[in-house]
Amino acid sequence: MSTVQLDHAAAPPAAGASPGGGLGEKSGGRAAKDLTARVLMWLAFAVAVLPLAWILGATLVKGGHMLLDATWWTNSQAGITSRRVGGGAVHAIQGTLVQALVTALMSVPVGVLTAVYLVEYGRGRLARVISFMVDILTGVPSIVAGLFIYALWVTTFGFQRVAFAVCLALTLLMIPTIVRSTEEMLKLVPSELREASYALGVPKWKTIMRVVVPTAFSGIVTGILLGLARVMGETAPLIILGPYTKVIATDLFNGLMATLPTMINQDRTEALQPAVDRVWGASLTLILIVFLLNLLGRVIGRFSKVKG
Amino acid sequence: MTTSITGRSAVDDDPSGPVGDRASTGRLGDRIFGGLALGSGLLVVGIVTLVGLFLLWQAVPSLMKNEANFLLSREWNPSGEHPRFGIVDLVWGTLVTSVIAMLIAVPLGVAVALFITQYAPRWLSRPAASTIDLLAAVPSIVYGFWGLKIAGDYFQPVADVLQRTLGWIPLFTNENISAKSTLAFAGVVLAIMILPIVTAISREVFAQVPTTHKEGALALGATQWEMIRVAVLPYGRPGVISAAMLGLGRALGETLAVLILLSTLNPNADWTFSIFNGGSTFASRIAQGAGEFDTPQKTGAYIAAGLVLFIVTFVVNAAARVVIERRKAFTE
Repeated sequence: MSTVQLDHAAAPPAAGASPGGGLGEKSGGRAAKDLTARVLMWLAFAVAVLPLAWILGATLVKGGHMLLDATWWTNSQAGITSRRVGGGAVHAIQGTLVQALVTALMSVPVGVLTAVYLVEYGRGRLARVISFMVDILTGVPSIVAGLFIYALWVTTFGFQRVAFAVCLALTLLMIPTIVRSTEEMLKLVPSELREASYALGVPKWKTIMRVVVPTAFSGIVTGILLGLARVMGETAPLIILGPYTKVIATDLFNGLMATLPTMINQDRTEALQPAVDRVWGASLTLILIVFLLNLLGRVIGRFSKVKG
Repeated sequence: MTTSITGRSAVDDDPSGPVGDRASTGRLGDRIFGGLALGSGLLVVGIVTLVGLFLLWQAVPSLMKNEANFLLSREWNPSGEHPRFGIVDLVWGTLVTSVIAMLIAVPLGVAVALFITQYAPRWLSRPAASTIDLLAAVPSIVYGFWGLKIAGDYFQPVADVLQRTLGWIPLFTNENISAKSTLAFAGVVLAIMILPIVTAISREVFAQVPTTHKEGALALGATQWEMIRVAVLPYGRPGVISAAMLGLGRALGETLAVLILLSTLNPNADWTFSIFNGGSTFASRIAQGAGEFDTPQKTGAYIAAGLVLFIVTFVVNAAARVVIERRKAFTE
């Protein structure tokens, strides 16, 4: 916060350079450099925003009409060939949501508990090792996570490629996100709250469960939503572990289950217009879901800050 | 919230932080809960260790049967009685696309971070930061499809100019491949994808520059740009380096965008250094092979490639972490 204010305190002398007024007699060269830098920075921002606007605009223009059709939200692609118009994305939306939910169920407890350990218990070498490994897990490429689960699930255990295996791979990717965001939130909980609780004779674990975690709860939820948004868009593990199907499926342990990324992947090489439309439609749907989750996370995060 | 990707953890902060360590009483509830928390932490350590060991274990049998030099061969025929496969092409493809991505994303990301922390008016700096963060929310498969169907066509003229003017350098020779299917364009798309992480971390370190440093420079009559050069950039340098490394880690492992864009090479084609050629990265080759994981031996070859990718990203991310730690030791 204070730095933001400083920027404004700092602005007048810098701005004074260009019109040549003020106390500092800045030579033309230095003022010109300053101005060039200023222009370049604004330009850099514009350049960075351009692809975002371009992608969103293009997806909206090319895929928007698909989403306006009610069947998009009610039908699956069962019986529809890439030549034919029609069908919907319900099977893929459903698969994406189910897999995200299962992933969250597995990664949230592990992630939150790891963060609790790092903030409330962990000191010394072991905590450093765990923290380091969380970092490394953050950097594991999603395709490697998929490959690892493939090696474990299919090659070693001899199971089929099923939705649950995808969830396992996504869990690896989601845990570090949750650990880091939960850590941030737990650190914000004022230690006076903990001390007051201890002073009343409340055991440490109850203090954490009843005081610390509830205080940071909305922040933790925000982190979970952002983590979910991240794994929903992941495609690489799905390509290795989750073959596509056109019908609605619900069994995580048997058969195939479609998701939006695999739906995109299925038709992306097709030149036929109905298939191309479906790819844009599925892309837009996926972006919408991810953005909604992001937005929800940010809103919750903004309106319920831990008061330190 | 974006702080979660900086790799800064509670453990790195002052040990006298918000902790009531000695409050533990040894009661059953405390032992169970503390044990669960520790167990989760150890699980994370176990997972990472398992990933490495498992990939190694599955890769070794295939590597033993490999009749070509794994590190030096360009071939990729992992099936049959006489498997021959090597990773030279993959190393080259991954290296070229990542370097191009870094060359674009690091300067741009730093400039955007400077814009957000130093130049943007107050009403703009927060929305600007969120907007750049949203780039990370676009799924990578969408980047690939957008690049192939739309943005790639706008890259053709750029590629043409570069090939005409710089074609005498081996890096820029014309290989008669559509510009959107080249290593160069894959690198450009990767740059957009890693921009948010580079920006987020640079932004964070620039925001931490002590006010006294900045005021000192301004008081001595520095322009805003000079203040940034003498106070902000030197202070933020380690942060920018680690930001670049984390970005590199992402770029090395990005799969779908690269898979969609790059045209694969004919294995018998002559070797070229051109960035206007097709190719494969570790990630794209693995994703491509996913449909044909039928025999353990063949799968093992792809897992061997995955192991190399894992090791490389491990080293890059660990190095980023070390740089962050060094900076902490220096500033404290």
